[in-house]
Amino acid sequence: MTTNELVDEKKITYEVIGKNPTRHDGTDKVTGRALYGADIRLPGMYYGAMSRSPHAHARILSIDTSKAEAFPGVKAVITAKDLPDVESKIADLGEGTINLRHQSNNVLARDKVLYFGHAVAAVAATSIHVAEEAAALIKVEYEVMPPVLDVRKAMQADSAILLDDIRTDELGKKGEVPSNIASHSQEQVGDLEKGFQDAAVIVEREFFTSMVHQGYIEPQNATAQYNPDGQITIWCSTQGAFGAREQTAEILDIPISRIRVIPMEIGGGFGGKVGVYLEPVVVLLSRKSGYHPVKMTMSRSEVFAATGPTSGSYIKLKMGADENGRITAAQATLIYEAGAYPGSPVGGGMGVMFAPYRIENAQMDGYDVLVNKPRTAAYRAPGGSNAAFAAETVIDELCERLGMDPIEFRQLNGVKEGDRRVGGPLYQRIGFLETLEAAKNSPHYRTPLEGPHRGRGVASGFWFNYGGKSSASASINQDGTISLLTGSVDIGGTRTSIAMQLAEGLGLPAESIRPGVADTDSVGFTEGTYGSRTTFATGWAAYEVSKQLREKLLERAAILWETEPAKIRFEHGTFLFDNKQMTIAELASRLDETGGPIVASAAVRPEQSGPTFATHIVDVEVDPETGKVQILRYTAVQDAGKAIYPNYVESQIQGGVAQGVGWALNEEYLYDEQGRLINSSLLDYRMPVTLDLPMIDAVIVEVPNPGHPYGVRGVGEVPIVPPPAALANAIYHAVGVRMNILPATPARIVAELNKRQG
Amino acid sequence: MNKKVHVQAIINGEDVEFLCEPRQSLLEVLRETLGLTGAKEGCNNGNCGACNVILDGKLVNSCLVLAVEIHGHNVTTIEGVATPHGLHPLQKEFLAHAALQCGFCTPGFIVASKALLDQNSNPSESEVREWLAGNLCRCTGYDRIVRAVMDAAQVQEKTL
Repeated sequence: MTTNELVDEKKITYEVIGKNPTRHDGTDKVTGRALYGADIRLPGMYYGAMSRSPHAHARILSIDTSKAEAFPGVKAVITAKDLPDVESKIADLGEGTINLRHQSNNVLARDKVLYFGHAVAAVAATSIHVAEEAAALIKVEYEVMPPVLDVRKAMQADSAILLDDIRTDELGKKGEVPSNIASHSQEQVGDLEKGFQDAAVIVEREFFTSMVHQGYIEPQNATAQYNPDGQITIWCSTQGAFGAREQTAEILDIPISRIRVIPMEIGGGFGGKVGVYLEPVVVLLSRKSGYHPVKMTMSRSEVFAATGPTSGSYIKLKMGADENGRITAAQATLIYEAGAYPGSPVGGGMGVMFAPYRIENAQMDGYDVLVNKPRTAAYRAPGGSNAAFAAETVIDELCERLGMDPIEFRQLNGVKEGDRRVGGPLYQRIGFLETLEAAKNSPHYRTPLEGPHRGRGVASGFWFNYGGKSSASASINQDGTISLLTGSVDIGGTRTSIAMQLAEGLGLPAESIRPGVADTDSVGFTEGTYGSRTTFATGWAAYEVSKQLREKLLERAAILWETEPAKIRFEHGTFLFDNKQMTIAELASRLDETGGPIVASAAVRPEQSGPTFATHIVDVEVDPETGKVQILRYTAVQDAGKAIYPNYVESQIQGGVAQGVGWALNEEYLYDEQGRLINSSLLDYRMPVTLDLPMIDAVIVEVPNPGHPYGVRGVGEVPIVPPPAALANAIYHAVGVRMNILPATPARIVAELNKRQG
Repeated sequence: MNKKVHVQAIINGEDVEFLCEPRQSLLEVLRETLGLTGAKEGCNNGNCGACNVILDGKLVNSCLVLAVEIHGHNVTTIEGVATPHGLHPLQKEFLAHAALQCGFCTPGFIVASKALLDQNSNPSESEVREWLAGNLCRCTGYDRIVRAVMDAAQVQEKTL
């Protein structure tokens, strides 16, 4: 893999890339045939159920499993005592890390329960009903402790402490006393004091957001078969089979080679299915039940209470601009809920906060703080939406004070190639200004919004995107089709977006590629489907495979035509030499004459990934009586680099907007004073439905990424970054109240309106 | 609780009989006993629509129907939507519009949409949105789903 073969953006016309073939797994998915994790049924299979903590914070004094064990139909009961003591060691979760000892304790609580719903024991039985009845018979004696539910209170010296071994990592130096502050990090550039002195207008505000969940429709599930020879097979819903294998092996303290993870079709993830919850548990239950396969599926309330949502946050932000509208200084404090164990995405928030703008004087302080809520997990551009909600709202207020158009303000301050991100590297070719230009010229922005209680909001967003390790293997079939295997779980059409990059290299239609998702024994190491990396990195591996296959096919054609490979031309999937021509299919049918089968494989690890930007425009109408926000129109502009599979790029944008709308207007974790989650159903945790949204216009801008052979940038994450701020700004312009708290529910909007009216 | 009940019903046009516990939902029996895993469990309490089936012409959440209740009744699941001649227009339009990402909610949406088109061959956008408000999709933002259903209605009109 070299970067000097990069495609020149201006000259290239593609044959496959940029088209919209039917996805290869489409028919299986519209007929109900596609097999997801919970669809597994194995001979002799038992069903698992979990016993969970009713308390947010308590010491476990004893666990009595005897009644559950004696219950007819029960085959195995386990607690944390069945797990090995895992040493502290950091594991990579793609867009975050976790200490494996903490993860082990998260899988089954050892000494303390740290959130409502924390797993304490598990049962395997002959049916799910028997397992649930038996789990209810497990008696746990607790010493209940005061719950810590607010990040700022958690930081106070007199707060109850969640984990006695946590010492604050204070700018790289370890603290000496136990604390709920896992870390404090800082980014600093320029001269803050001077920057604010140069400002003509300064806006300083506080922002509050609650925990929100990824809300994938498929609950976590896992099935394990522990064999008497020690080999283990796991079928599960995971964003990354190799990561699930590694985490399970570490938690169980066994070599990864004893585990084979078969990733089933996955019903959504958005970052929430990178870390394991059930996998180590079903492995132990399988062994303890006499080597029967055991399946475990979470209920929806378990998903809400005990898998990772993303952080609620407190952000304080001060920004100044001169009379011409140039940002002179910015200072922010970001405090993110980690949940029960360290690892909030506050770093992601700090990276996103000022990323779209040239700011010479800036400081950010970020705190990762433990609270008695579930351990947070990645959620689509983790940390980004919280930060952009603050930054893009304050910018809207600056624009208002300065009398500037919000897009022109962003054009004046927006980053381009050669600028440096605050706390980050120099930007290479990026497309932020292009998204602004497209937004400004969009039919939406050029159409004035009229009518009472209506307002338009604009906000932008950034995401880093990730590269990472990917592998792909292919073989040429005798009929000229290509079988392609990758390790990338397909959450939203990536079988096809990867296959298209192989097809492009061979001049074949996408339909001639048969892409599959392989298990951990069947393909090279591949990181999970996260970080907007799959079409980018696994697509790159497929591109490398296409080059190898082309070379090998040329050699075979040269044998048949008794010439040198260099003398043969290859165009549109056809070999040409001396007035003779041969398609790949014709050549493939003659492989036996020229040396036998052709296979190829490639592994890549792109060091850079190509960040992306988005600019969103939204029109709303707010009912001042009820506070209900109706979205009238939504346009989302985004730089996709090169959109390989445009329908699915647009769909990523639309889906990200929808999640952002939910975050902005309705979704939040509600805890009572004892720390019990009180809205753990899809009725009470209110995600957007068809009636809440209009059609969403996705506008793809293509500024090819110089760091990818086809110019790809990740597209999945950035669309969730701007919506909360765009909506808050629209609400302000509709009815004149600045919502600094998410979600901006009808009740909160009405309360603000009442305050304003005195 | 463990005493099983004998149930006879028509599922996807076939006579079916099975034994089930009174407490088992139709969803559980479809998936665990009959091997019809196209209906999905997203919430098991009627909020997500991923388990939608058509019971005697009416759209229901199969997680909220007890299996014993279908005795003598007629059920269509996602497995019964395609015809021996190929995909239903809804299935074709879902593919053409890229109206799915992860695909987990898709069976429910297609079954729900079929129930709509069976009674309203030319729904407006707002009628489609109102009808499908009981089905959650977290991937697509619904735009493509609504378009697919409206286009499928047009295709169905023409072929009738």
